[in-house]
Amino acid sequence: MIRVQIPYHLRTLARVEGEVTLEVPAPVTVRSVLDAMEAHYPMLQGTIRDHVTRERRPFLRFFACGEDLSHDSPDAPLPDAIADGREPLLIVGAIAGG
Amino acid sequence: MDKVRVLVGTRKGAFILTSDAARERWQVSGPHFAGWEMYHVKGSPVDPDRIYASQTSGWFGQVLQCSTDGGQTWFQPGASPDEKSAFPPTTASNRFVYDTSETSGKPLTTHQWYDGTQHPWEFKRVWHLEPSPGDVNTVYAGVEDAALFRSTDGGVSWHELAGLRGHGTGPQWQPGAGGMCLHTIIIDPTNPERIYIAISAAGAFRTDDGGQNWKPINKGLVSNFMPNPTGEVGHCVHHIALHPSRPDVLFMQKHWDVMRSDNAGDQWTEVSGNLPTDFGFVIDVHAHEPETLYVVPIKSDSEHFPLDGQLKVYRSRSGGNEWEPLTKGLPQQNCYVNVLRDAMAVDRLDDCGIYFGTTGGQVYVSSNSGDSWRPIVENLPAVLSVEVQTIS
Repeated sequence: MIRVQIPYHLRTLARVEGEVTLEVPAPVTVRSVLDAMEAHYPMLQGTIRDHVTRERRPFLRFFACGEDLSHDSPDAPLPDAIADGREPLLIVGAIAGG
Repeated sequence: MDKVRVLVGTRKGAFILTSDAARERWQVSGPHFAGWEMYHVKGSPVDPDRIYASQTSGWFGQVLQCSTDGGQTWFQPGASPDEKSAFPPTTASNRFVYDTSETSGKPLTTHQWYDGTQHPWEFKRVWHLEPSPGDVNTVYAGVEDAALFRSTDGGVSWHELAGLRGHGTGPQWQPGAGGMCLHTIIIDPTNPERIYIAISAAGAFRTDDGGQNWKPINKGLVSNFMPNPTGEVGHCVHHIALHPSRPDVLFMQKHWDVMRSDNAGDQWTEVSGNLPTDFGFVIDVHAHEPETLYVVPIKSDSEHFPLDGQLKVYRSRSGGNEWEPLTKGLPQQNCYVNVLRDAMAVDRLDDCGIYFGTTGGQVYVSSNSGDSWRPIVENLPAVLSVEVQTIS
């Protein structure tokens, strides 16, 4: 199972607590993880990436195993530790606003 | 027994204020959607317990919410109200995609940017939701970047009325400081084929065929910041109001100037009269007196607060030009709040109630047509919108 940590407001929207766990077919990439998450939690469609362009929303970033993957290709394979569930994929909101 | 329900959108959630017809004791519910910007919350005229809400965030974008029980519980359209606690709901009710097809409109891909160059249309948020007066499942959405969308399935799916952007002047539209937003939607209560909308900073527009074709209705407006102050489009209209009994008479608070039209917007005349400043955002009409208007003058476009730190509503009982200040119960010193464009509303009780919310988090009510005021709540987040439902 893939583990994903999402921001508080998205957990509220998806009515989940703690991490989201997902079955994701190989290859495990940012795109395949988001596809699986949006299929299971349709209310998150459009909240992490744009409906049309499928681009990451500007104030969100993706981290895995201590690395910022935000500017990597969404089709790049995620680290093995993400793919086998030892580490979560982190979707992090920018520290901004009032 | 009549009661009123006030729907308040704020920078950090929505609040619902309810009272009996006396409007003296209020129950406050909220925050709903805590932490999210709630641009607008509005109930259906057909079924007042059906309420639509625009939930937005700079981080997460647009979400639509709906209630079928007067705001006690909420769900995203597409999720069954009967299964609102079940998961996952199946919805993409936040999918606002501009129509670029060749068949349904004249697709436009750019508008004027702040520096005069052309810029792509990019969806940001829903500013205003206008439920249909005739069908509980039909609702209109005014969005930024400016366009008009309609849903006929209770907000589950949205389709742009592309004729508005496509009528020809779109490339000349430009954003105001708050963004290029379609913030006002008025459906003629006697003719649902006629809809008025307003955009900052493009101006006012009207359709007479249910949204297929549109035309600018800005003759008589003068905006000195424009290269051509009397141009067909480019005016920064802040809000428009209409009395249901006289659907051809419109009142407008423009960036500067208070205006009226007696012919459905074909021609406007200034009615600022003796206002101390004619800059402002809100304007509304008394529920039973179609020539009684309310505005809240704001010092200037550089200083968005009341003159001299004194919060005053101005009332005209003559359809404009002659205005009187209303101050009883409002702060008359050290008050530097703003009242945003969708943050005034009236109820329909015999003694018409007037309501407005401030960026300081106060929501004021007058239950005597404006003669005196008092706060319902005083410390909410900055108020973005106020709507009132009068419920029998």
